[in-house]
Amino acid sequence: MKTQWKAWLYLLPAVAFLGVFMVYPLVDVLVYSFEEGYNFASQSYSGVGLFNYSYVLHDPYFLQAVKNTFLIVIITVPLSTGLALLISLGLSSIRKLRDLFQTVFFLPYVTNTLAVGLVFMILFKKTAYTDGMVNLLIQFFGGTGVDFIEGPYWAKMFVMCFYTIWVVMPFKILILTSALASVNQVYYNAARIDGTPRWRMFTRITLPMISPMIFYLVITGFIGAFKAYSDEVALFGTNLNAAGMNTIVGYVYDMLYGNSGGYPSFASAAALILFAIVFTITCINLLISRNNVQY
Amino acid sequence: MKLVLDQLTKTFPNRNKKGPDVVAVNSFTFEIPDGTLVGLLGPSGCGKSTTLNLISGLERPTSGRILFGDEDVTELPPENRGVGLVFQNYALYPHLTVRQNILFPLQNLKGDARPSKEEMLRKADEAARLVQIDWLMDRKPSELSGGQQQRVAIARALVKMPRVLLLDEPLSNLDARLRLQTREEIRRIQRETGITTIFVTHDQEEAMSISDLIVVMSDGVVQQIGPPQSVYDHPDNLFVAKFLGTPPINVFTGEVKDGWLTLGEDRVLKLQGAPEGAVTVGVRPEGFRIDAEGPFRCGLKAVEVMGRDTSVVGTHPACQSETFRGIIPSEDRDGAAGDTVRFSLKPNKIHLFDPATEAVLRDWSVAP
Ligand SMILES: Nc1ncnc2c1ncn2[C@@H]1O[C@H](COP(=O)(O)OP(=O)(O)O)[C@@H](O)[C@H]1O
Ligand SMILES: [Mg+2]
Repeated sequence: MKTQWKAWLYLLPAVAFLGVFMVYPLVDVLVYSFEEGYNFASQSYSGVGLFNYSYVLHDPYFLQAVKNTFLIVIITVPLSTGLALLISLGLSSIRKLRDLFQTVFFLPYVTNTLAVGLVFMILFKKTAYTDGMVNLLIQFFGGTGVDFIEGPYWAKMFVMCFYTIWVVMPFKILILTSALASVNQVYYNAARIDGTPRWRMFTRITLPMISPMIFYLVITGFIGAFKAYSDEVALFGTNLNAAGMNTIVGYVYDMLYGNSGGYPSFASAAALILFAIVFTITCINLLISRNNVQY
Repeated sequence: MKLVLDQLTKTFPNRNKKGPDVVAVNSFTFEIPDGTLVGLLGPSGCGKSTTLNLISGLERPTSGRILFGDEDVTELPPENRGVGLVFQNYALYPHLTVRQNILFPLQNLKGDARPSKEEMLRKADEAARLVQIDWLMDRKPSELSGGQQQRVAIARALVKMPRVLLLDEPLSNLDARLRLQTREEIRRIQRETGITTIFVTHDQEEAMSISDLIVVMSDGVVQQIGPPQSVYDHPDNLFVAKFLGTPPINVFTGEVKDGWLTLGEDRVLKLQGAPEGAVTVGVRPEGFRIDAEGPFRCGLKAVEVMGRDTSVVGTHPACQSETFRGIIPSEDRDGAAGDTVRFSLKPNKIHLFDPATEAVLRDWSVAP
């Protein structure tokens, strides 16, 4: 009994901190999202109901943001995880170069988002002086250039996904190379003695052994991609609605502080919808991983 | 399958780049007849695992050749050698069930060698029955005891009917009782399958009890090869004599003077043909006989009754360690009382070694 009391005492700072900075705002957001006709200046509201949700769900900007977010999630999470796995496999098979390459691949991770954004500008943006390096390449091979930053939707989405993958890869590579290195060599030796083909070694030994890490990356990848916002700003500027590249978090931010800002109720409703989506997907992920991660 | 190792040598570069290379296995030459169970014996770090890895193909030899029957396999990768290897920590795939683990080697086979699905299952069941784990087929390795895991590892190594079966310290992770039982199992399985088997251990008793042949190694060099009893009775050098036998052999600093083997002040045995001069003397514990008139006069430290036998702990000035230990039948125990005790020594339990080279001296006999 006494030890339990002590345990709670030790937990108190963390619990208090979480309560003040996590639980209270969450509850507050929940309350806001149901208050209709909230007036920022007078801090008063006209009624309680689902109008905020209905408004947000019918707002074309929000629907565009949802579409963009889902596209980014569906394209970047599998691609970045798969690519990171390929690169990690390559890295672990060349022992000597591993350290050097790990540094190179990790550079984007320690570099400021906006700095990486600048690099992408140089690669993709059309200015008065140049069409951007990628367009120069396309033109060199006889294609016609595209304005990736202010051009068609698919081009912007391409740059957006490219950028997102670029930014999240280093972390994934780091995690996967260490996961690969932690697989006991003795399993590979046993498999070699038994004449296991390379591909089978990968699917039957390597993959199951690192599957907990892969699922970790997929789950955190989903959550991270759903929360995408700053990368979009780095590429397309702050007026994301105009660029047609807004995300759900971007929409929430705009509702609070943007040009059309001052609508905490709409922002709260949008945030809770995002929460519901992320929560559902994470639950599905966990269910799948429980049935597939093998130990 | 007859197995021939010819001048097999493996050196590893030193961790410290400037240091000399580590010679893990040095000119290992040995021909193992078909169907024998060989115990490879030696202290930790003497190159036993390296030898197995060379035979299995996981390591490539620095020089020398390996032949399975008449086929030179030195250059073959492990998958083409047809060996089964049981790793020291078993290396069972933790995410696969026992059945999937045992099936794994079969599923790797290609073309004509690949059995049908039913055939594979039948073979896996057969292997599991051989090691008596057929009732555990659907468990994961983490749900098995050490002894059961070990059997699964053996079944996995056996299921593809290897030409040579290699076991690296298969018993070291088991408790004492299970060890006794499992080593008999290994013997039985080897007999039933007739597969040439090499089994590594640092425990001399294990190797002695089940092997047809034992190979004693030290520092990468083979010290002696032969049937267990003959190696025990006729060690080639002091290392082998010390390494085999529990309790270990007692070592004395002695001298051959005027044809008498002399330990300290005591002239214990009249010899014929032994060179005069200093000599290292090994006496097996069972070589002591309590004898009130015996020539070997010792201090008596302790008498430990162990049932059928009694262990006598004594002191003697010529002894190289503080005490020596003799094993006598318990009915002779009455002779061991007081502060001193006298023994006579059984000549066939005495070994003489050159003090400089530690090689055994053979050309002597007891004078009539
Ligand atoms: N991969 C390696 N690199 C360097 N030295 C090694 C390697 N493997 C083994 N050795 C050395 O070779 C010697 C024999 O090792 P090993 O065969 O594992 O001994 P044992 O199995 O008899 O205990 C040891 O001195 C060990 O340090
Ligand atoms: Mg070893």
